Amino acid sequence: MSILENATKALDLLGEDRRAIRLRKVLRKLWENKGAVFGLIMVLSVIICTILAPYLSPHDPIFQDVEKRLFPPIGQSGSDPHYLLGTDHLGRDIVSRLIYGARISLVVSISAVAFSGVLGTIIGLLSGFYGGKVDSVFMRLADVQLAFPFILLAIAIIAVLGPSLQNIIIVMGITGWVIYARVVRAEVLSLREKEYIMAVRALGGSNGRIIFKHLFPNVVPPCIVIVTLEMARMIIMESALSFLGLGVQPPTPTWGGMLADGRVYLYTSWWLATFPGLVIMLVVLGINLLGNWLRDILDPRLTQL
Amino acid sequence: MKSYILKRLLHSIFVLVGISVVVFIILHLTGDPAALLMPMDATPEQIAQFRKEMGFTDPLLLQYWRFFKGTLRGDFGLSFRHSQPALSLVMERMPATIQLTFAAMAIALIIAVPVGIISAIRRNSILDHVGMTGALLGQSTPVFWLGIMLILIFSVTIQWFPSSGRGSLQHLILPAITLGMYSMARTARMMRSSMLEVLGQEYMKTAKAKGLTPRAVILKHALKNASIPVVTIVGMELGTLLGGAVITETIFAWPGVGRLAVQAIYNRDYPVVQAAVFILAAIFVLVNLLVDILYTYLDPRVKLK
Repeated sequence: MSILENATKALDLLGEDRRAIRLRKVLRKLWENKGAVFGLIMVLSVIICTILAPYLSPHDPIFQDVEKRLFPPIGQSGSDPHYLLGTDHLGRDIVSRLIYGARISLVVSISAVAFSGVLGTIIGLLSGFYGGKVDSVFMRLADVQLAFPFILLAIAIIAVLGPSLQNIIIVMGITGWVIYARVVRAEVLSLREKEYIMAVRALGGSNGRIIFKHLFPNVVPPCIVIVTLEMARMIIMESALSFLGLGVQPPTPTWGGMLADGRVYLYTSWWLATFPGLVIMLVVLGINLLGNWLRDILDPRLTQL
Repeated sequence: MKSYILKRLLHSIFVLVGISVVVFIILHLTGDPAALLMPMDATPEQIAQFRKEMGFTDPLLLQYWRFFKGTLRGDFGLSFRHSQPALSLVMERMPATIQLTFAAMAIALIIAVPVGIISAIRRNSILDHVGMTGALLGQSTPVFWLGIMLILIFSVTIQWFPSSGRGSLQHLILPAITLGMYSMARTARMMRSSMLEVLGQEYMKTAKAKGLTPRAVILKHALKNASIPVVTIVGMELGTLLGGAVITETIFAWPGVGRLAVQAIYNRDYPVVQAAVFILAAIFVLVNLLVDILYTYLDPRVKLK
């Protein structure tokens, strides 16, 4: 008995060791790819800003002070050292609003990606596994959806339903399922003829068991790649909606909303519109770089994405 | 060949019907289209009266059938704001959108194709790194911010181009760059990877071995084969650009369909919204159909599938 226990323990240790070695390998690979490191830093900063916004912000992001309106960023004449990137047309601190803006961006895009990822993966699994009518209905639906000018459809629906946080997430989520469904379906189509699936079937495994225990784990790697790249798209999408006034409503700070405000003051105060857009671009760039790296190590076939 | 085109044609018709269903549903999402269509201060009696007049009390299927018949005749109803047929309003704006789309695509291709080719030939050179970093940046830049920054630099600061409106060639340049940036970045990356794949083929060695100049090898043999996947992307991008012009048109006050649609959404002018969304989606479907047919000429292998 004790021999067996020892052997199991030794094996466990070996497993842990192997995992540690693998992790170290992946980290070393990550370090070699400077773009991915930059991406990781951007993503971590956004997460930190989201969680610690109240502690990191030098000022209240919503507090208005007309006497302090339109202070330029530091280094320009008329700037105030307390306001690093200046203030907006209502005297609110730009830095604080950018930090708080990360919250909406991250919450909306993570929720929308989760929503569309779950929806698309389930549809892809069912479509690929059952084929036939189920498959053709879902794939025709995908064609219809792809034909729509995505942003126009989203604004039309949100304009009808009203711009609440929940509606925004649902609409963005619904517009994103197709890509998961297509990739998962293609993967399942090739997997379902494999011997090990037949073996499970011969052993009497139910369809549900085959789908969730044996097919699902195999479609996770490509899905992780899509999730990353979709995060970038969703962040842009959310700020586009906010920019058009159909995102989360003021006074909640959003990057897109700040840009829309800044557009009005473009001729006098360039910093209002410049910084929020710069932040969006850097974050999206970071996520794309991280996504490209993940794709290279997880699933190089997805280069078309 | 004929059966392939016929199949694609039937498929496109199916998608168009699907689009009309979705466009119809948008108005019925809240459950009470009469309340959406009437002015805010309408009395309940007026709304009830209107509901009856418009046939909103009929079964939904019957209502859809009426809508569908109208769509076939190009009848989306009268615009509430302009008391003009919604379709003719959309069609009046179509030339502006088409002009902008083609200008954007032209700029994108003029820059993307050479960048992609040079990056592939001089792989890992400085030119390659600069080109691909630029492409990655282009893909990560939000359209609305790019537009605003171009206005800030070229209209506000150095005053080369006007910031809004349509008329001269000068008016076209900034919106076209803004709209085309994403496609430019995507096409450049696509061109590079496609070119790299072709350059690795055996027949490239043959071409070199038979004594062709490097210039002839690249321009005659490599480019022709590498363009095939790029053509598909360009076709798809063209459709996306038509619909994606919404934000660009809004920023530059470009009098196109996208801006009309956004204004109609804010004015709750739903017949115009429905007409605009339907027409843009229909054009996307048609462009894709044409690209698919064109593709069979470019790449005869497609027919075999």
